[in-house]
Amino acid sequence: MSSEMSSEPIFEIKLTRRVGDRLIDLNAISHAPLTALVGPSGAGKTTTLNCIAGLLKPERGRIVVAGRVLFDSALKINLPPEKRRVGYIFQQGRLFPHLNVAANLAYGEKLHAPEERWITQGEVVQFLGIGHLLDRLPVTLSGGEARRVAIGRALLSAPKFLLMDEPLTSLDAARGEEILRVVERIRDELALPVLYVSHAMTEVERLTDSVIRLEA
Amino acid sequence: MLLSASEWAIVALSLKVSLVAMAATLPVAYGLAWLLARKRFPGILLLDALVHLPLVVPPVVTGWLLLILFGRHGPIGSFMEDHLGIVLVFRWTGAALAAAVMALPLMVRAIRLSIESVDRRLEEAARTLGARPLRAFLTVTLPLSVPGILAGSVLGFARSIGEFGATITFASNIPGETRTLPLAIYTGLQMPGGEEMVTRLALISVGLSIAALVASEWLVRRSGAKLGQGGGHVL
Repeated sequence: MSSEMSSEPIFEIKLTRRVGDRLIDLNAISHAPLTALVGPSGAGKTTTLNCIAGLLKPERGRIVVAGRVLFDSALKINLPPEKRRVGYIFQQGRLFPHLNVAANLAYGEKLHAPEERWITQGEVVQFLGIGHLLDRLPVTLSGGEARRVAIGRALLSAPKFLLMDEPLTSLDAARGEEILRVVERIRDELALPVLYVSHAMTEVERLTDSVIRLEA
Repeated sequence: MLLSASEWAIVALSLKVSLVAMAATLPVAYGLAWLLARKRFPGILLLDALVHLPLVVPPVVTGWLLLILFGRHGPIGSFMEDHLGIVLVFRWTGAALAAAVMALPLMVRAIRLSIESVDRRLEEAARTLGARPLRAFLTVTLPLSVPGILAGSVLGFARSIGEFGATITFASNIPGETRTLPLAIYTGLQMPGGEEMVTRLALISVGLSIAALVASEWLVRRSGAKLGQGGGHVL
C-alpha cells in the first residue's frame, strides 16, 4: 500500500477523551486504505473506535474519514452513529440473538436506500462463504462462523468505511487465518477504508505498514 | 367439579377484571420498567418508591387512596365523570383499576429485570447499522425483553385474580359487578351454610393461580431457550 501519493488523508483522527482516570489523546492521520490501530490492552483502542463510530463523544477533537466529517468539536458537528455510515465489526460479534443469520445480514441493509448500497446479500454470502448458515440462529454458530456473519452484516449496511476490533480474538489459528484472508480481500477487492485494531504485530505487519500507535 | 350459574358468573367476572387490569397495566409497566432500567434522572428513586408503594402499603390504604383520587369527588374521578362520562367507583372497571394498581409493581419488577438483561451493546450495534434510537428499541430491546413481558403479564394476572383489600375498599362488594373470587369467598364465609361454595371457589382460585405460575415459567423457559439464554427465573 503506498501512502504518500494522495494529499487527502483517509483517516484523520484527533480526539481527547477521558475514560475513568485515563486520558486518551490521539492525533493521527493516515493515507492508507487499511490502517492499523495498535497498542497494549487498556490503551483505549476500543474507546477510540467507539468515538469514531459515534457511540462515545470525545471531549474535543475532529474525526474525518474519507473526506466526511463525522465529528468536529470546534464546528459543533457530531453525527449520530446511524448517520456515520460505519461498518463496525465488534470484538464479540454482537449478532442479534433473536434473529437468524439471514435476518441479521438484512438488518442494516433494510435501513439504507438501494442507491446507497454497494453490495447485495448474494454477493456477501458468496464473498464470505456463509450460504449454508442463513437459517441458523447465532447461538448455534461457531466463533469463526459468527465472525464472518458479523462482517457480512456490516458490509450490507452500506458502510463507507469499516472498523474492525481485534477480529481474530478467541479464534483458533485456522479460523483466524480465514478471517485474515477475508480482511485482505476487503482491502484488495472492495477498496473500502478499514481501521483495524489489534495488539498482535505479526497480524498487523501482514496487512499494512500504516500503523497508528496508542500508548498505555 | 360443578359450579352453579352464579358461581360461574363470579369466575367469569374475575377473569374479565384481571385480563383488563393486566392488559391496561402492561404498557404503563413497560414504560416505567424501561425508565427505571435505562435512564438516570433526578427523582428516579422517588419514582421507584412510588411504583413499589402498592407492594408495601396495606391494600386497604391503596384502596382508600384510589377512592380519594378516583372517587366521584376526587380530582381525577370528577374530571373523568364530567369530561369523559366515566365512573369507576362501584363498577367492575373500578375493580380492574384496583387490581391494576396492585399488580403494577410486580409487573414492573419482572419487565425491568428482563430489560436490564438486554445487552446494551446490541442496541449500539443496531445504531451503527443505521437504526435510529426508536427503531433500535423496537427491533432489539423490545423483542429481547419478551420473556419479562410474558412473566410480568402472568404474574400481574395472578395478582389481579387474588386482589381483595384495595378492591373491596374502592369498588365495594357488589354482586355481579365487583364481587370477584376473593370477595365472593369472603362473603361466603360470612354466610351460614356458605362453606361448600367457599370450598369450590377457593379450589378454582388456587387452580387459576397455579396455572398462571406454570404458564409463566413455561413461557419464560421457552423464549429463553430460543434466545439461547438458558432457563429464565424472572419470578
